Amino acid sequence: MRLKINGQLQNFAQELTISQLLEQLQLVAKQIVVELNREILTADRHATTRLNDGDTLELIQFVGGG
Amino acid sequence: MDPLIIAGRTFHSRLMVGTGKFASNQAMVAAMEHSGSEIVTVALRRVDIDNPKDSLLSHIDPERYLLLPNTSGARDADEAIRLARLARAAGCEPWIKLEVTPDPYYLLPDPIETLKAAEILVKEGFVVLPYMPADPVLAKRLQEVGTATVMPLGAPIGTNRGLRTRDHIAIIIEQASVPVVVDAGLGAPSHAAEAMEMGADAVLVNTALADTPDPAAMGRAFRKGVEAGREAYLAGLGPQRQKAEASSPLTGFLRNDR
Repeated sequence: MRLKINGQLQNFAQELTISQLLEQLQLVAKQIVVELNREILTADRHATTRLNDGDTLELIQFVGGG
Repeated sequence: MDPLIIAGRTFHSRLMVGTGKFASNQAMVAAMEHSGSEIVTVALRRVDIDNPKDSLLSHIDPERYLLLPNTSGARDADEAIRLARLARAAGCEPWIKLEVTPDPYYLLPDPIETLKAAEILVKEGFVVLPYMPADPVLAKRLQEVGTATVMPLGAPIGTNRGLRTRDHIAIIIEQASVPVVVDAGLGAPSHAAEAMEMGADAVLVNTALADTPDPAAMGRAFRKGVEAGREAYLAGLGPQRQKAEASSPLTGFLRNDR
């Protein structure tokens, strides 16, 4: 399965939910906001949302800013 | 200090601080603590997948600070709205510092896109604090669409040049029905004090605190500057004059000419 994550194409061997993807990328779910194909996915949907080949994801977090 | 009320919420500090550009998270936290601030701004960016960093939020006590996400990086209304929605989805309160800055050299806010985004975000239930050019007409238009504050710039972001827009900010303050927060360009406590003496309701500072060897001390200095300016404004500044007016009596001199 090919996913475009933050502008980069990445290949994954098996099917994944959002939660599993974040785990695989070693990201702490509660610190990340997920946008799937331009739709915001709140944290309560991470475990139930399955990713499909060709999906585009944005994984976003807070950083310092003025 | 007298409380500051924004969108029905009461604050006891009139100094907001940004969290960007600090040498370390420790320096940032020290500046925040010593500034006495209760509102801190943050930005949203893509996670670096190859090198994920510790979240900024683990360093900011949510009991002590209201997190005010900004829409920095947005070049138009659509991008700003997208960022605001993402911030809210992250579990933040629906407060947003709206920034639309298409020009990368001076980072000046786009008045038309800012107004457009403000109108939509207010309708979506956001408490909108818009960063804006120091334009009194735009300030009125933003108030009319329901923004919680107006945030005119003193000078371009990060320039530390002070209140270059002073005369227009004075008009904005005179006409405002919402708190006026002077944001951007304030580089010294005296700049903050000047804005507060004029009657600004609050100021927002980032670079001046981050770009110094001692952010904690600068945080304290800005806190005092803001408090001094506010107290002077409430007390009422004396009038300016062209000619001298003696403070000491003009009688009883130790000489014999009249």
